Amino acid sequence: MAKSDVKVLGAWPSPFVMRARIALKIKSVEYEYLEENLGSKSELLLKSNPVHKKIPVLIHNDKPVCESLIIVEYVDEAWSSSGPSIIPSDPYDRAVARFWAAYVDEKLFPALKSIGSGDGAEAKKAAIEQLIEGLVLLEDAFVKCSKGKPFFGGSQIGFLDIAFGCYLGWVRVTEKMNEVKLLDEVKTPGLFKWAERFCADAAVKDVMPETDKLAEFAKVLAKLRASGKWN
Amino acid sequence: MADEVILLDFWASMFGIRVRIALAEKGIKYEYKEQDLFNKSPLLLQMNPVHKKIPVLIHNGKSVCESSIIVQYIDEVWKDKAPLLPYDPYQRAQARFWADFIDKKMYDTSRKTWATKGEEQEAAKKEFIEVLKTLGGELGDKPFFGGDNFGYVDLCLIPYYCWFYSYETFGKFSVEAECPKFIAWVTRCLQRETVAKALPDEKKVFEFVSVLREKIRVE
Repeated sequence: MAKSDVKVLGAWPSPFVMRARIALKIKSVEYEYLEENLGSKSELLLKSNPVHKKIPVLIHNDKPVCESLIIVEYVDEAWSSSGPSIIPSDPYDRAVARFWAAYVDEKLFPALKSIGSGDGAEAKKAAIEQLIEGLVLLEDAFVKCSKGKPFFGGSQIGFLDIAFGCYLGWVRVTEKMNEVKLLDEVKTPGLFKWAERFCADAAVKDVMPETDKLAEFAKVLAKLRASGKWN
Repeated sequence: MADEVILLDFWASMFGIRVRIALAEKGIKYEYKEQDLFNKSPLLLQMNPVHKKIPVLIHNGKSVCESSIIVQYIDEVWKDKAPLLPYDPYQRAQARFWADFIDKKMYDTSRKTWATKGEEQEAAKKEFIEVLKTLGGELGDKPFFGGDNFGYVDLCLIPYYCWFYSYETFGKFSVEAECPKFIAWVTRCLQRETVAKALPDEKKVFEFVSVLREKIRVE
């Protein structure tokens, strides 16, 4: 299949875009990556995702797929004969993976964002506590899902590894910029080691942004937000 | 060995109704356990410790939470009858996209049509109608979101219909006047026995919403 049959519209700092790219790498799918300038969205983006106007968008033979977790499941199904399975094969394990993926998006990521949002010391402390509580829950989920193996998905990275792991860059940036330890060796030993393995994985390392570069971007974003120029 | 299927649910929950329709479509026998959301049972807290919410499906002792995850689980386990999601990966992605759109947009917007007043309520009404129009655009001239057959997206959306009377009464607007095609789709869905039986009476929902409004002191 020609490279141009598959396109990804993305932005390098986005954890959601990473999910799509990791899935495509696992399936050895060649694609054209188009970096979006989020200050000024491309015609292609607006045409491909008119409802949300957001990245990532996967365009496969001119047909767009939107929403990062939906893209991951699509990649898994469309290229099912190529490479390992991403989503667990057992329906119950699938439901568990989808549950925790929804949890990280609905609860963890907002808490992570609000740590650095500058809403005051009280709000920051509450957000940190909420995030750590969430990580403790995920530690338990990790033990149950991995069953002694290196990843949530078992011996290879799977759906929940991708869903949660894509946030690690931002977790590290938040730790650095706010001088706080979030992923703790003592409180969440399983996740702590899993994080290292995830970031080193062949499907991940080329698309995980460097922490320093991400931290610089975070500073620029914070300034834009403060000046009201970014939603 | 027969499957043991239990549903922890609340009669008026549009999320719970989704699961009831899915179970009915598949012809699955289950035990329905009504939950008191103001005084949560130990079983609910044990089966959904993270969110403490309904619906929860308990299948042979193992709990599945979150309505859209439960419906997909049901579709995958009881896969030989009445498929809810399409077979084609691209169509599946589209179905999941619109179910996700419904989850992101319907609940909060619709809630504000009865739980707020003044400018906030007016803004919510406008946004709610916009959401319905966007969904109407996706439906187009198809009989169902799934095409010729009732499917996943239809199932995710139709439970909201029993709350429409409450939205319209408290919000003072008419969905039929604003989105007539949408109501045509509703009528087609209600012709299905599984849907008609799963939706509670809209006047009962209205009484319940009236009580809720008093609890949160809207007026």
